Amino acid sequence: MCTSFMSELMTATHNFGTAPTRGTSAADTFKAALYLASATINASTTAYSSTGEVTGTNYTAGGVSVTNATAPTSTNASATAGTAYWTPSASITYTNVTLSTAFDAVLIYNSTQSNKAVSVHTFGSQTITSGNFTLTMPSNTTSTALLRLATT
Amino acid sequence: MINTTKGEMDESLLEKREGVVDNDHEYTTWVEYWHEGELVHRSVHVTLKQAAVFSVPELATFG
Repeated sequence: MCTSFMSELMTATHNFGTAPTRGTSAADTFKAALYLASATINASTTAYSSTGEVTGTNYTAGGVSVTNATAPTSTNASATAGTAYWTPSASITYTNVTLSTAFDAVLIYNSTQSNKAVSVHTFGSQTITSGNFTLTMPSNTTSTALLRLATT
Repeated sequence: MINTTKGEMDESLLEKREGVVDNDHEYTTWVEYWHEGELVHRSVHVTLKQAAVFSVPELATFG
């Protein structure tokens, strides 16, 4: 598979089937919602849902917007392998929240395209009390980026 | 000043507790402030390590 194709998948350049009609070439808006440790949120998730989402002081259902200032890119590792990758360009922060019920996952989803799911990331179970919850992104590289499409 | 469940409080009035979790998935730090045995502030900073990887087989070949 051509590595450039993988990064072009991330920018909706190719369409093998029925897809939303895009009125603009601008990047979509992505959001990050937090989910309770008791919630079922995993690779089978297809879209954002408020079921199992955290609730609490200063937390808005649907979560917060993800900063997306860096377009997807791709790098060839060899003639047969490569990686396309993307990472939010800033940390995701929930400020001055109280989230009393334990949560352990964040769903990244596309709020422009019917809230369709992108990825789920889990971490140790947490609660927040009148404080901040910050998710810092890994480095945006072929081996550590938050989202990677790879041929091996 | 620390934002707490009782409003902003001087840090000197609070007991501070901190912790770290470091594993393959995350590097997490947390800080708690306690006042007279009550948790009044807890913040957490998670640095994600584990990326979502979608791998596909190597370049297709014809036999």
